[in-house]
Amino acid sequence: MLKFFHRMASPKYFYQFAGKLIPWLGVACLGFLLVGLYDGLVLAPTDYQQGDSYRIMFVHVPAAWMSMFIYIVMAGAGAIGLIWHIKLAEVIAISSAHIGASFTFLALVTGSIWGKPMWGAWWVWDARLTSELILLFLYLGVIALYNAVEDKRAAARATSILALVGVVNIPIIHYSVEWWNTLHQGPTVTKFGAPSITIDMLIPLLLMAVAFKLFYATVVLMRARCEILQRERNSGWVRELVRASQ
Amino acid sequence: MHPVRKKRLILIGLMVTGVSIAVGFALNAFNQNLMFFYAPSEVIAGEAPADHPFRLGGLVTVGSVQRLPNGLTTRFEVTDNVKTVAVEYTGILPDLFREGQGIVARGQLNAGGTFIADEVLAKHDENYMPPEVAASLKKAHDGATAPATEAATP
Repeated sequence: MLKFFHRMASPKYFYQFAGKLIPWLGVACLGFLLVGLYDGLVLAPTDYQQGDSYRIMFVHVPAAWMSMFIYIVMAGAGAIGLIWHIKLAEVIAISSAHIGASFTFLALVTGSIWGKPMWGAWWVWDARLTSELILLFLYLGVIALYNAVEDKRAAARATSILALVGVVNIPIIHYSVEWWNTLHQGPTVTKFGAPSITIDMLIPLLLMAVAFKLFYATVVLMRARCEILQRERNSGWVRELVRASQ
Repeated sequence: MHPVRKKRLILIGLMVTGVSIAVGFALNAFNQNLMFFYAPSEVIAGEAPADHPFRLGGLVTVGSVQRLPNGLTTRFEVTDNVKTVAVEYTGILPDLFREGQGIVARGQLNAGGTFIADEVLAKHDENYMPPEVAASLKKAHDGATAPATEAATP
């Protein structure tokens, strides 16, 4: 087991292994996405209060979960990179940043589109919405800082520290609706006790959550492969790879 | 673990803990400003600012909504099941606005203690269920004493 991890940490093996894994993950993601969307948009019952408008939840909620999950992965990989100086961890951390920023943006936009007809406002400065916006800025800060430093190993170290400082925002986002009065609703699924949602709506929601996780896994491996090629462009195995493909 | 790595791990742990504590203190200090709205009891107790606009949140009292003859002005009461504040609003109400619904209104108290709102937002709760389930829950809740007159409107 340990040997496997040790080998995977080498960029060359990871590049080959990820290349084999990507098509499987992509197909699985597509499958969950199609079933989840059909179940959510067609089969799930309408809501007693919000009618059909609530169906945007099947994109909004998984996107918001992913925005936090990816941040934790990014900060965790950053910490591993800082402590053990593992190149691959740095690559995973920076490859996650763009995907996380996209999911955060998606959560904010779908939330806004949902908010206008339901609440009557596109945007309000309540604790949940504001902390999620700060999360987007943290992601953008990480990306900007990484690109501002020429030496990529130094850049990875700096961005890891920024990412770790920003981790404090994650519990704030999650508990914002419980600690303070907010216009945003309280947690439906991620709380102690049974989820306050009908099982026929919960299943498509969880299917979509799995689909989004698989999407992240697929795209982060693709991005990590590109990043590895760029970083290792002067090493023997990449030169050979390029020569073989020409 | 290698001593250098252990040192780095401890440093990172200290950094994250330190930042958490600092942010915790800051949030605690700003606690009141992070509240999106005041409950009616807090308004009655005089905790809400008197000289500038604030937000009032609570449930619309059942049976309190009335439209004034000029057409666009609505009067209703907002309650937190302890205290009640009268609200007056001129404008278009959101779709989810109905009696018993949670709302957040932005405005100011006038001399008579009525809250003059310039914006009313509807708050929905974390419960999601089909109309039939909501209707049967309501029926079970009302019990035998009060027959359920209407199913929840979609």
